[in-house]
Amino acid sequence: MTGSCTTAKPTRIGVLAYQGDVREHMATLEAIGVEAVRANKAEHLEGLAGLIIPGGESTTMGKLLTVFGLDEEIRARHRQGMAVFGTCAGLILMAKRIENSEQARLGLMDITAARNAFGRQIQSFETDIDAPAIGPEPMRGVFIRAPYISDVGEGVEVLARFNDRIVLARQGRLLAAAFHPELIGETRLHRYFVDIAASAP
Amino acid sequence: MDMIAEESTWRTKVGLAEMLRGGVIMDVTNAEQAKIAEDAGAVSVMALERVPSDIRRDGGVARMSDPEMILKIMESVTIPVMAKARIGHFAEAQVLEALGVDFIDESEVLTPADEQHHIDKHAFKVPFVCGCRDLGEALRRIGEGAAMIRTKGEAGSGNVVEAVRHMRAVIKDLHRIQTMREDELMAFAKELQAPYELIRGIHATGKLPVPNFSAGGIATPADAALMMQLGAEAVFVGSGIFKSEDPINYAKAIVKATAHYDDPKLVAEVSKGLPKAMPGLDVRQIPEAELMATRGW
Repeated sequence: MTGSCTTAKPTRIGVLAYQGDVREHMATLEAIGVEAVRANKAEHLEGLAGLIIPGGESTTMGKLLTVFGLDEEIRARHRQGMAVFGTCAGLILMAKRIENSEQARLGLMDITAARNAFGRQIQSFETDIDAPAIGPEPMRGVFIRAPYISDVGEGVEVLARFNDRIVLARQGRLLAAAFHPELIGETRLHRYFVDIAASAP
Repeated sequence: MDMIAEESTWRTKVGLAEMLRGGVIMDVTNAEQAKIAEDAGAVSVMALERVPSDIRRDGGVARMSDPEMILKIMESVTIPVMAKARIGHFAEAQVLEALGVDFIDESEVLTPADEQHHIDKHAFKVPFVCGCRDLGEALRRIGEGAAMIRTKGEAGSGNVVEAVRHMRAVIKDLHRIQTMREDELMAFAKELQAPYELIRGIHATGKLPVPNFSAGGIATPADAALMMQLGAEAVFVGSGIFKSEDPINYAKAIVKATAHYDDPKLVAEVSKGLPKAMPGLDVRQIPEAELMATRGW
């Protein structure tokens, strides 16, 4: 169920807007002609085909999601078909399991996340990522205190690895990236997600 | 075959600053306070031996903190840890980089080590944040390699007036550049004593090339909401948390107010029933020699 969909009504995508690189995700969506909505209250989720959990601090966003009860709202919307895409901290929040951590999370995706798994900030890096499902040309991946996916359950499709570590994966209407396409104007991954979100659940 | 990775690029440095936007960075002096800050939802902590209000009270020379204390804080939390080096003291910065801190604050809160030169921040792998009072100062620091700017305010004062003054000064000149003709930019670069290329960049994009946060005097949830509405992209809270009468609830309330800064009902809700904020100082009563904001240029 990739790619080909002819949407009659425009697809609206929300970006969770507590903190982090919300603006860059909004700009990337707008660059591909998709209506982007800042979402930090339950009513903002109304009518969204998909929600992006941005980069930022996963403990901070997890705490705010729980305190304001938005975590339950997002889980309920996802059960009704809302697609979810997380980058970096977003990947961590989507994971059912987080290594060595009891932190608050959405826990939507059957993956195990390893936090700060490439090291501290001075080990942050850029590299080229091959993801054939997204396109033939490699993608530039910016990894900032990045996590990776250390384990996946059945039904999770691994879309890209960096040095044998899983850095991009999909499970049905869920998509998770350890890096930040939104920081560098890379639009293909957002396009891929919007197509998932626009397709029939 | 292993793919080639390029470490510590300009994009990974500024990228970390972007990830902290909308959040609260809290000063902490030990591992216990760092845990409190993380549990309250801080996006980062600043590890230092004394908060600015104590530095102000004690007087004398304020230096980089004890590496052992910084390491203990780094071990106790998963969020990024920042630490301060004196203005111009590149050897302190080298020590902090060797410890593996995530961000270095070249800070006027400590006693300057060099009254003429700031640190060459391009020479480091770790990103730097620097203070400013106006756009010219911000652009000079960015020219030296700062990946984040914070307006200085007056640290340890518990008084937001200087933070407001500095943020308004920066935003006003950003707006001025946008309305200028191309042929006015060089004269304005001369007036601000700022790199011409950065002025041209602002003219083209309408914004600073790195995030701009607010610091120095934020003591309440409403202070945080004020700075965010004035254009700050995140806030540093120094003495305001652990010098208040209830650090845990101040920390939580300021985090919530920063995330929802444009929702006055919510800011009202989180401000209800908080005990006393940190004691504040009238900035005009502080002797000129004791002002921190005027350190550095």
